Amino acid sequence: MGSIVLEKVSKEFAGFNVIPGLDLTISDGEFVVFVGPSGCGKSTLLRLIAGLEDTSGGRILIDGADMTQTPPAQRALSMVFQSYALYPHMSVYGNIAFPLKMAGRDKAAIDKKVREAAATLNLTDYLDRKPRALSGGQRQRVAIGRAIVREPRAFLFDEPLSNLDAALRVNMRIEISELHQALKTTMIYVTHDQVEAMTMADKIVVLNKGRIEQVGSPLDLYRAPANAFVAGFIGSPRMNFVTGADAEKRGASTIGIRPEHLQLSLEEGAWRGQVDLSEHLGSDTFLRIDVPGIGPITARTTGEFSAKRGAAIFLTPDESKVHLFDGSGEAIR
Amino acid sequence: MRASSKGHRTLITVIGWTVGLVIFFPILWTVLTSFKTEDEAIASPPAFLFFHWTLENYVEVQSRSDYLKHVFNSVTVAFGSTLIAILVAVPAAWAMAFAPTKRTKDILMWMLSTKMMPPVGALIPIYLLFRDWGLLDTLSGLVGVLMLINLPIVVWMLYTYFKEIPGDILEAARMDGASLGKEIVYVLAPMAVPGIASTLLLNIILAWNEAFWTLNLTAANAAPLTAFIASYSSPEGLFWAKLSAASTLAIAPILLLGWFSQRQLVRGLTFGAVK
Repeated sequence: MGSIVLEKVSKEFAGFNVIPGLDLTISDGEFVVFVGPSGCGKSTLLRLIAGLEDTSGGRILIDGADMTQTPPAQRALSMVFQSYALYPHMSVYGNIAFPLKMAGRDKAAIDKKVREAAATLNLTDYLDRKPRALSGGQRQRVAIGRAIVREPRAFLFDEPLSNLDAALRVNMRIEISELHQALKTTMIYVTHDQVEAMTMADKIVVLNKGRIEQVGSPLDLYRAPANAFVAGFIGSPRMNFVTGADAEKRGASTIGIRPEHLQLSLEEGAWRGQVDLSEHLGSDTFLRIDVPGIGPITARTTGEFSAKRGAAIFLTPDESKVHLFDGSGEAIR
Repeated sequence: MRASSKGHRTLITVIGWTVGLVIFFPILWTVLTSFKTEDEAIASPPAFLFFHWTLENYVEVQSRSDYLKHVFNSVTVAFGSTLIAILVAVPAAWAMAFAPTKRTKDILMWMLSTKMMPPVGALIPIYLLFRDWGLLDTLSGLVGVLMLINLPIVVWMLYTYFKEIPGDILEAARMDGASLGKEIVYVLAPMAVPGIASTLLLNIILAWNEAFWTLNLTAANAAPLTAFIASYSSPEGLFWAKLSAASTLAIAPILLLGWFSQRQLVRGLTFGAVK
């Protein structure tokens, strides 16, 4: 079991309202990602759920029980920190065994659990090593091992992959997703990386300035963002926003169009611009096009597309994929 | 390039040795004087190495006063006061380092400020308290007062060491189900061992050498080695050779302790500035 309900949870730091009051329901077994720009309150929210910070108001229910005042040790949640936070004076074995030792399990049971976890995470050969003798990826796995042995109600991940290099990050992302498939335990994962959010989540919670902007599945957020903030945050490269005549024509104050929903042509189209920059990824080409009267627009096209800087190019938005926003940035449906 | 850096290193070495020898010279001179006769000790010009080496001062000192009893008192006072101070300071420093409030810095400064007042300013009230409570010339009284005067330094040193320990690791322990006590015993203390060890050593040395309170609050029973040295500067006149022998005996144990724990001490004296 591992359902978590937040009711009007708020947090102030020295008179500054970091989280003004927020409601959220996380069902048992869900993989929920909190995503948002730095300073949006996503890590604070995770720490409130963990009990590492005290709430200023509201209630936190875990499996239906009010845990708002319960110390972190008794919430039966496991946390994986960005810095790994391994115990440097203990071996890998000691690190993974620590939560079980604290729970007062007997030696044989601890040994069995630690060896099982080490086998799952490919750490069996490193059990006697100290954390300083491990690579970043191995340290991260030890941190995960330490989290899984106690069979928590839910796992909390605080930007766990941000200290790893790009290739390792992709591998660990897959490992964590597989772990979720295997354990089916609730996971809450905090990241500022929308790619991690899109690829791992069952449900994404987009946060901005301590408020929830939108909650939904990755594709819901991509297809139907509730407002301009979510539209701009989810999707890479970022959505283009256009104001002025083109927006008014469609009855909106701003329109949004994703780079992949623009058709490129050398002959004709709705907007005429000049190529400012082209980025070749091999599988895709990103073009930054300066459109007079509209501004810079990013367009994405599959495969290789050669266009010289300064060359004239035409863009046509796919009308069915144009997002409309009113003056306050809310989506017009 | 290479020659100049070699010359530079030689210069640094020479300066290092010079400063070291200048600082060490008084100790060396005391040790040499302790092996002279009283006449040679005050001879002018003084003899450096070529004199009649004799152990008579040590024999005299041992017969006149009970060296071992003073050693016992010094050990009790230095170790006792430091250990109690550490036991008090670990939780205090933990709170200041990991659960600071907006007053924490003020409290630390206030604690340090108590070290800025000349101790003699508090002598009369403390003497009267000791008299009324029957603590004069007792080891327990001396342990108490030395513990209190060194406590600010112990708290400050432990605080600076604890600040170096990432808070994440303690939070991880809390998430792993450790109570506050277990968090300190299993996670904080083992990680802070080098810091605690150098704090321990430095404060043993401070307490060992403390002369003001030990001289003023003891007479015969609880007198540590500082009082033992002082007893050789008597109204009948100074006996340099005997005074030197007593000093040598008094500093020998702590000098050996310091010698064997140099590395820890350097860390302690740099107050956590060097990793």
